[in-house]
Amino acid sequence: MNSYLLWIPLLPLLGFLLNGLGRNHLSKNATATIGAGMVFLSFVLSGFAFGQMLALSHADPGANHTQVFYPFDLLRIPAFTIPFALRVDHLTVLFLLIITGIGFLIHLYSAAYMKEETPPHFARFFAYLNLFVFSMLVLVMGDNFVIMFFGWEGVGLCSYLLIGFWFKNTAYNAAAKKAFVMNRIGDLGFLLAIFWLLMKLGSVNYGDVFGQLGTQLTPTDITAVTLLLFVGAMGKSAQIPLYTWLPDAMAGPTPVSALIHAATMVTAGIYMIARSNVLYSLAPLTQTIVAITGLATALFAATIALRQNDIKKVLAYSTVSQLGYMFLGLGVGAYTGAVFHVMTHAFFKALLFLGAGSVIHAMHHEQDILKMGNLRKYMPITHITFLLACLAIAGIPPFSGFFSKDEILVAAYLANPLYYYLGVAGALMTAFYMFRLYSLTFRGDFRGTKEQAHHLHESPVPMTIPLVVLAILSVVGGFIGIPAVFAADAHWLEHFLAPVFRRGAAHVSEGAHHLSHSQELIMMGVVTLLILLVIVFSVRKYSTYTAGEENPSGLARVLYNKWYVDELYQSLFVQPLHQLGGFFKNFTEPKIIDGAVNGIGKLVSYGSRQIRLVQSGQVGSYLLIMILAIVVFFLVWFNDLHLQRFFQKYF
Amino acid sequence: MDPEKQQMIAVLLMALPLAGGLLAFALPQGKAAKNLSWVVAGLVLALAATLCLQPGTTQFQASWLPALGAQFSLELNGLSKILVLLTALAFPLVLGSTPNPSHQPGAYQALMLLTQAGLMGVFMASDALLFYFCWELALIPVYFLCSIWGGEKRIAVTFKFFIYTFVGSLLLLVGILYVYFQQAQPSFSWQAFHAVSLSAKEQAMVFWLFFLAFAIKMPIFPLHTWQPDAYEQSPTGVTMILSGVMVKMGLYAVIRWLLPLFPEASHQFASLIAWTAVAGMLYASLIAIRQDDFKRLIAYSSIAHIGLMAAGLFVHQAVALQGVVLQLFAHGINVIGLWIMADRVERQLGTRQLSALGGLAQKAPTMAIFLVVLSLANIALPLTNAFVGEFLMFNGLFRYNMWMAAVGGISIILAAVYTLNMVQKIIFGQTNALTESAQDLDAPQALLLAILVAVILLTGVYPQPLIQLTQDTVQTLFAQR
Amino acid sequence: MPIQYYIYFCLALFSLGIIGVLTRRNAIIVFMCIELMLNAVNLLLVAFSKMHHAAALQAAPQTTAGIEGQLFVFFIMVVAAAEVSVGLAIIVMMYRNTHSIDINFLNRLKN
Repeated sequence: MNSYLLWIPLLPLLGFLLNGLGRNHLSKNATATIGAGMVFLSFVLSGFAFGQMLALSHADPGANHTQVFYPFDLLRIPAFTIPFALRVDHLTVLFLLIITGIGFLIHLYSAAYMKEETPPHFARFFAYLNLFVFSMLVLVMGDNFVIMFFGWEGVGLCSYLLIGFWFKNTAYNAAAKKAFVMNRIGDLGFLLAIFWLLMKLGSVNYGDVFGQLGTQLTPTDITAVTLLLFVGAMGKSAQIPLYTWLPDAMAGPTPVSALIHAATMVTAGIYMIARSNVLYSLAPLTQTIVAITGLATALFAATIALRQNDIKKVLAYSTVSQLGYMFLGLGVGAYTGAVFHVMTHAFFKALLFLGAGSVIHAMHHEQDILKMGNLRKYMPITHITFLLACLAIAGIPPFSGFFSKDEILVAAYLANPLYYYLGVAGALMTAFYMFRLYSLTFRGDFRGTKEQAHHLHESPVPMTIPLVVLAILSVVGGFIGIPAVFAADAHWLEHFLAPVFRRGAAHVSEGAHHLSHSQELIMMGVVTLLILLVIVFSVRKYSTYTAGEENPSGLARVLYNKWYVDELYQSLFVQPLHQLGGFFKNFTEPKIIDGAVNGIGKLVSYGSRQIRLVQSGQVGSYLLIMILAIVVFFLVWFNDLHLQRFFQKYF
Repeated sequence: MDPEKQQMIAVLLMALPLAGGLLAFALPQGKAAKNLSWVVAGLVLALAATLCLQPGTTQFQASWLPALGAQFSLELNGLSKILVLLTALAFPLVLGSTPNPSHQPGAYQALMLLTQAGLMGVFMASDALLFYFCWELALIPVYFLCSIWGGEKRIAVTFKFFIYTFVGSLLLLVGILYVYFQQAQPSFSWQAFHAVSLSAKEQAMVFWLFFLAFAIKMPIFPLHTWQPDAYEQSPTGVTMILSGVMVKMGLYAVIRWLLPLFPEASHQFASLIAWTAVAGMLYASLIAIRQDDFKRLIAYSSIAHIGLMAAGLFVHQAVALQGVVLQLFAHGINVIGLWIMADRVERQLGTRQLSALGGLAQKAPTMAIFLVVLSLANIALPLTNAFVGEFLMFNGLFRYNMWMAAVGGISIILAAVYTLNMVQKIIFGQTNALTESAQDLDAPQALLLAILVAVILLTGVYPQPLIQLTQDTVQTLFAQR
Repeated sequence: MPIQYYIYFCLALFSLGIIGVLTRRNAIIVFMCIELMLNAVNLLLVAFSKMHHAAALQAAPQTTAGIEGQLFVFFIMVVAAAEVSVGLAIIVMMYRNTHSIDINFLNRLKN
């Protein structure tokens, strides 16, 4: 591995150390320069790596150009060795670009967004962000599952720290804690998968694991390992049943939501499964479960998003829903499609969040879309970029979301037409709620206070540059994956990722049937038409919205309350465990265990109080007892043989 | 280094604190006693570090009570070394973080030094009588330390602590004597004990005599109730030694004196003990979630961690054993760090109640950072020292029985819950009237904690030196069972 | 004289001692009864020793076997003397404090 690749993760780490240790001494400008600069340098290096990889692929198409860097052993014991090894291959390099690229834009944006913070807190924010970028890079660059786990926990930690960034607010802290604990549930699955692999293979290196299939891993092993890994992915990527932390995580500053809870960290689960595609392709049961979970999450989260009024909550549920699509793609073997959607989603969802941040910034931390409206008049750049992102996520051609979502849906159709129909239903809901959000925010009349209206303004340049860049990417990002139906062999991404997914895809495509081009075109056309209809309906309905019109009842009320899932978890898991803990603390400990210990003590002291009565102080009785004791002693002495015989007989 | 020097160092490790302790009784001034403690602790740390850099095993033998077949014999293998290092490291940390008591400081320092001598002896002895002698030498000063310098309920708590541990010690003595008298030429040496062959029934009986003594000391569920009380009521310096080093006596003794001596019995009862330990882990974690007292929370968290180590010992997997050995060290460091925090909060703000605290991150940012790092080590996040140990232990549990790893794994979720609860209640949120007056760490305290955190992170990122130190011993001991 | 006479005599003496110890409340009499028992034992020891030694002499003229019993008597007498001196001292102190030598007074020591 070229040594410069090592600097890709090291630079953000350096930024973390500089900002973290110098937080009391650095000015805001210096902090922002260090924070954003390190990530930018990292991005440049990633660009180099990408270019190199591209050149190599060009020279020798389809070959594996993995580079591994192996400085030392993390853990070396007789049973196994876990090297500290980093790798760069086709999949990694793509993620490197997404993470550092979007990371840099969001750092830039944050420099303006977080201006109100005092220098130490400003530095703390950038330190956390840099640490996050470092952890995420470690996650995708790791050459074995343990290094991936290191990054995995690192991003979880940063997510915890950043959600609770405004630590004075107890609710934010609770949200941070919830995110961490729910992720830990998933982590347990991940760890167990690692243990399973170590037990069976004595190694968790990707090369060893994916290379020894069939010889040392039985189908049961593969199914179990993939399921356990999927539990980890469920936690990190917010899938049913572990998704509830993500909407709460919106407590963090908006750039954090954009970077961590939309563009990068939550896609770690997709990365993990895509990385292990070889295993998943051999476990049809797991694949079905992944697909069904993904689809269920996509639909479930979309229904909730229909009725949310917090701008960030809508986007959060939308993220959960889109992640569901990615898992659907993984479940039906469309690994390239899933990664493609990760990428396009990173563009448009980061854009949506940053746009939302821009709106929130202008509205002075008002997040209720019912109190917005007509912002297009005041914030033209935010408006246009937000609209483009909405079109992209809704899946209107030729915006990026169309291509990636279409690829997943086509693959789903091939696996099971029902997946396709439900997926399309989800896509329609997506279009509906996104344009509800758009209309309520940017169209109609302004419904906020006079004071807010007075202060409305377009955001400063450092905030709008990322919006514009991401908008361009959201529009054109899809062209790297043009399906065969439009132009043969134009799917650049598939060719690029082929070395990573070839083996996994080979297992899937056996016996899979293909759609004819005309059928595929008809399906696309119908879906696009439906989506357009929904958009028109939604825009017309909500552009004329006036305050107080919505009074949720019936199903709408259930959706507004997110299907009461939080309440359900609270009463099913949190409360019982809490009460059990209380029972142990207040009853078992003092009454049973201490009771037994103290009981023995009391018995002894009671017994001695009774025996004390024998000591009457009467010398005569002492003498009598003495003499009787001597007599008994003599009797025993002279009859010991009889006694022994007696004891032997009965004991 | 030649063997004679190593032997001399081994003897000095025990003799220095012993002599220092006896001398400190005679010192009239508290300041002088504390300086003496510093000198002794510093020398011991330097010697221990020197010794740990030497490869191989150091042995020393001298005649002690020849008539009884007892010898003053020390054996420092890798396992002993890592614990000797922990002990040597713990005492300067304690000295640096706790003030001299106003009442009879000389006696306090003297008793602490005697405890250190006892601990060193326990970790080095390879003669059962010497081991028992040092076991008591470590414990008895603690009774006095708790009952003289402890909190309000110190007498009752010390009594409970005394009863628990003394019952344990007596059982241990009976067990030792039983094995002793099974020999034709009675001897207390480890080798002689190892050579004794007992019938299955005798082995089971002696196993339980030994095990109960060690289990009380660890302590594992359900023999643990002395611990939260003792930790809460002891002076914090003593609590640090108790939880940082002394509970490791029980675990060390299991590895050194129980598993190799009674292999059949320890296999026979492995499943029972491991499952009990796992249940105790969850039990203690659930209680920790409900604790509102900083010190008791740490105590229950510690019980949960010890439960995992106990389970790791009895699943009979080399991986888990290696994990336990690493965790002995890691847990000692981490828990001492947490006690330093608890002590600081209590001394500055006069309360240990979590619900009365809050907002310290605004008033004491440096302290908040250290507390967060220590908490992360407590939940065994990767790149902290505890991760390596827990990873290996859970790995061993998984190899033994995957359901045990899964059930035990729930505790890592619960650990996150109670630790983050604690962090949230102490440093996050708004300040209140009480915490408004809080001060940040001063430079010496910050330096002390920085050293601690550096150890945590270094051994977390690169644990290989510690593994190499202990690996051979682990393999040897594992082969002996 | 046949050994039986000694045995019966000593038995009687010892029983008298026991009865005296158990029934009398005067500390001095109790004390003397204890002496009575001791001396009963002493006498028996001497008697057995003499008999044993006489029997042993017939087997081997130069032997000293059997004289240990008489040595024991001296020990007992020394111990008894010590005991008497301590005991009498206690009784004297007792009398000085309570103007009584009733042993039932001693139950006051309990508290």
